[in-house]
Amino acid sequence: MAAKTAVEGIEVSIGISEAVGLADADVIAAYPITPQTHIVEHLAEMVAEGELDAEFIPVESEHSAMSACLGSSAAGARTFTATAGQGLELMHEVLYVASSMQLPIVMAVANRALSSPLSVWGDHSDMMSVRDTGWIQIVVENGQEAVDNIICSFRIAEDKRVLLPVMMHVDGFYLTHVIEPIALPDRELVKKFLPPNRFPLPLNPDHPVTMGDFAPPVVYTEAKWAQEVNLRNSQKIIEEVWGEFHKVFGRKYSPVEKYRTDNARVLLFTMGSFSETAMEAVDKMQGEGRDIGLVRLRLWRPFPFAEFREAVKDADVLIVLDRAISFGGPGGAVCSEIKAALYDEPRKPKIVSIIGGLGGRDITVAGFEEIIERGIQVAATGSKNEYEIYGVRE
Amino acid sequence: MAKPENELTWEDIDIGAIVTEPGSARAYRTGFWRSQRPTYDFRKCIKCGICAMYCPEGCIGQNKEAFFEADLYWCKGCGVCARECPTRVISMVEEEE
Repeated sequence: MAAKTAVEGIEVSIGISEAVGLADADVIAAYPITPQTHIVEHLAEMVAEGELDAEFIPVESEHSAMSACLGSSAAGARTFTATAGQGLELMHEVLYVASSMQLPIVMAVANRALSSPLSVWGDHSDMMSVRDTGWIQIVVENGQEAVDNIICSFRIAEDKRVLLPVMMHVDGFYLTHVIEPIALPDRELVKKFLPPNRFPLPLNPDHPVTMGDFAPPVVYTEAKWAQEVNLRNSQKIIEEVWGEFHKVFGRKYSPVEKYRTDNARVLLFTMGSFSETAMEAVDKMQGEGRDIGLVRLRLWRPFPFAEFREAVKDADVLIVLDRAISFGGPGGAVCSEIKAALYDEPRKPKIVSIIGGLGGRDITVAGFEEIIERGIQVAATGSKNEYEIYGVRE
Repeated sequence: MAKPENELTWEDIDIGAIVTEPGSARAYRTGFWRSQRPTYDFRKCIKCGICAMYCPEGCIGQNKEAFFEADLYWCKGCGVCARECPTRVISMVEEEE
């Protein structure tokens, strides 16, 4: 029997902070940056007011934020941070250290465009720049998912069979700054769902260990392969945790989520908050008798190859929306991966790469309809470009 | 370490490549990096130990006659000892010779 809790109107950033509080985090080290600011401001307030018994480390940069997180997580503390855009770029090198040292840090990324020109608004440029850092990466599309996945992320990260940092991507402004109906999970149930963090080899003067040691060529390849196998294997535990979350709290998450895809010959593929607008476009077009469906990716790393191939196997056309440019490359980064994932399939859809929604540019329901129509046209006639850019003024 | 490094498989790598036993750096043979080797004229040696103090690798100890000498398992051949020796005991020679 799933637990019922009251639904309230909460700003998504505040909901994320409250979820970190429900998870009873021990250490938060963060530097404020738009549009992540409300998350860490509220956490600082919760700690100052004594609502959350944690250390809040106000660091001088994001590089220091992630470095402080390494230390606290290595000491066995449940550790949280959040950042966005340029801040994620500044912590870049330390991200690799966190995943390689298998430290179960949880981070919310309020996705933001990258400078220059300066933009505080949302797109997925920051998310794509950290694709290969070895973190588990979950992409949420509304406030409730953000709250739920903070709690799931700690459980996934700290599982003895995983021990990896988890990044939760939440669209900056589109989600972080909106008030949504959110049910905050019951504190006692969260406590039962999320056992205390027990990092197996913590920093401890009585049992000294060496972390982040030097690896000569004779052993580096073995260390990297061990890391890769562990990340790939984490998918079954992620699904197990989501399954358990469903049993306790009644809300279900999957690596790949389908929306009205039965008998749909044309599929649109999205990630993040734009998916909900895309659903409205799909509803409208199906209402007009069109065979259009939607596939959304919830789990970006490890990439759920089998579930993805299964979700798109009957489609004739697959239109992939990327919200970041891979400059000088073959198209959107997500679409490139999708093309690679389907290349060896005996039957595969025509794949069309469309990039849009950059730096806070909205895509409306009508916009998604245009994208789908354009995608169908490109699938039939081909394009003179490697990809299509949506909404650019000519 | 339980196994020498060149026999470790990926499954032998501990969580996060954390090293749980002390002494792994001691097993690492930095002497392979060397292109020059120190040679000694111990007749000039006054056993002051300045070479050992300056050695960045910490690989210089006293031999049976109490002269200071580098352990070639770790000596990288940097030549700092030859430069610092006040009585010019040490000369660096090419490894090929």
